[in-house]
Amino acid sequence: MDTTESASVSISLLLEMATSNDPDRTAVVSGDVRLTTQQLSDLADGGAGLIARSQASQVAYIGIGGAMLPLLIFASARAGVAFTPINYRLSAEGIKTLIARLPDPLVVIDRRYLDELGGLDGLAGTAKQVVVSDEFLAQAGDAEPAAEFADPDSVGIVLFTSGTTSQPKAVELTHNNLTSYVTGTVEFGSAEPTDAALICVPPYHIAGVSAALSNLYAGRKMVYLPVFDPEEWVRLIDAEHVTSATVVPTMLDRIVTVLERGEHQLASLRNLAYGGSKVGLPLVRRALELLPGVGFVNAYGLTETSSTIAVLTPDDHREAHGASDPAVVRRLGSVGQPVPSIEVQIRDENGAVLGPGETGELFVRGEQVSGRYTGIGSVLDAEGWFPTKDIATLDEDGYLFVSGRSDDTIIRGGENIAPAELEDVLVEHPHVRHVAVVGVEDPQWGQAIVAVVVPAAGIDPDPEELREHVRKSLRGSRTPDRVVFRDELPTNATGKVLRREIVEDLRAAPAEQ
Amino acid sequence: MIKNGTRLASQVCDTQVIVVRSAESLDDLRCGGAPMVELGAERSGELDPAFADGSVMGKRYVDETGAEVLVTKAGAGTLAVGETALSLKEAKPLPASD
Repeated sequence: MDTTESASVSISLLLEMATSNDPDRTAVVSGDVRLTTQQLSDLADGGAGLIARSQASQVAYIGIGGAMLPLLIFASARAGVAFTPINYRLSAEGIKTLIARLPDPLVVIDRRYLDELGGLDGLAGTAKQVVVSDEFLAQAGDAEPAAEFADPDSVGIVLFTSGTTSQPKAVELTHNNLTSYVTGTVEFGSAEPTDAALICVPPYHIAGVSAALSNLYAGRKMVYLPVFDPEEWVRLIDAEHVTSATVVPTMLDRIVTVLERGEHQLASLRNLAYGGSKVGLPLVRRALELLPGVGFVNAYGLTETSSTIAVLTPDDHREAHGASDPAVVRRLGSVGQPVPSIEVQIRDENGAVLGPGETGELFVRGEQVSGRYTGIGSVLDAEGWFPTKDIATLDEDGYLFVSGRSDDTIIRGGENIAPAELEDVLVEHPHVRHVAVVGVEDPQWGQAIVAVVVPAAGIDPDPEELREHVRKSLRGSRTPDRVVFRDELPTNATGKVLRREIVEDLRAAPAEQ
Repeated sequence: MIKNGTRLASQVCDTQVIVVRSAESLDDLRCGGAPMVELGAERSGELDPAFADGSVMGKRYVDETGAEVLVTKAGAGTLAVGETALSLKEAKPLPASD
């Protein structure tokens, strides 16, 4: 059927363009499933038919992703309803709470999670319509297609934020936000026919959604590894001749550990992007040295900005790594320069725009920026600027440095302290593997600074030595009041450190030096 | 002014575009010598040989006022505002980050 008869843009257009350009190219590899762009398009049409007949006003997906993710993204778009992938790692109660916030959804669920949620009966009170993923896939293969196009300002994807500091918020990304992001940052059909991307970011994260859209648009085969395992990641790079991949910091750490055993070269890999949360510089430097032929990319973005808004390129990495000029060396810890379709401003707490070298809150503006939440509305200001709540600085050359969330700022004796300042110093100490710095209530200072350190393997560090290490680099008021040791830091699936859990854990534990 | 995200089609060739950045100038957007129309609208006329250099799939075209369209289906006509052809936007490619 002709799916092009519409006057407005939908993310479905990205699949249309990819299909008309090269219908027989392999677009998706996921376990035993291999789909060409035409097969993906046909399944999305059939899936849209199933969704349309369900008369649901939204589609929710609970599962590990793989081929189901691009299929459900495009099937929902073609049926003209919003799509919400939900974090399958949440508790049964957590999942049901999120589903209850969606308007009359059709729930598509991997069989293993259906069992965890108590089967169809267990979900009956939460969602009226539930279908198991394999059945949806099988039925999409021979369903009568439907294709109804959405208004560009209508919502294409709704994602729940991870809620590390508060209750999850439902971020609404419109078709226009998402297509603007993809067409503004990716050159259509620019990938070589032999290019392949290895995707191991979770489906419920903005990076999972953007990976499905961007790689399809670039013409790059998508190889899915839904459950991350470093050995399997390395094996798939070789087996599928993967040329690019995106990982979160915790994955990079585990991959580097495998590579340090020296058995793998990753011969086909040209481009390795990392992001999702801050990466310690020692880890970046180890990765650069282990993989001299790979171009590293640090991508910075938020759910509310439809993924990437700034990029530290492979050239930036190599230049900074080999530089003697301290200003250039420092850039290895930046998130690079904003992408061309994004404007940035750093503002102080009164809203005044700050100049290079000054620290304040990052504001961003562009077509890809949503800044809208279900039940809250838009938080953009009158000129369309979005307050990211990230504390940042721009250097003289426009490189952006992000030092963390404003919510995480420690206020000790009236002085504002970004945890990243201390973390960046501590992680450079050879006895430190990971570190998170948090503020805890303190009768004298308001908040006291606690450094929670995961020691390097086989080391039992001296807390005084670590405090002294910080005191040498930073002002005395920025020295940790306490240093405590842990075997690991609590993180979510994308490597974000769960600071609230650390603070609660410290509150529960007796004070220790 | 045309809304960003609007899809338009040539009346005289296969070209289709979406409006990436709108401007007043796009009110007179033409392809192959004839005004572009909304997708699905009635079409008439023939390709003007003076505007038959073609449009390239997936490429962005701009005019000097900052208007920008993206070709979503290639065709034989030249994209123009009035009689002035749009120019191909050369973008510095970004590294893959997804």
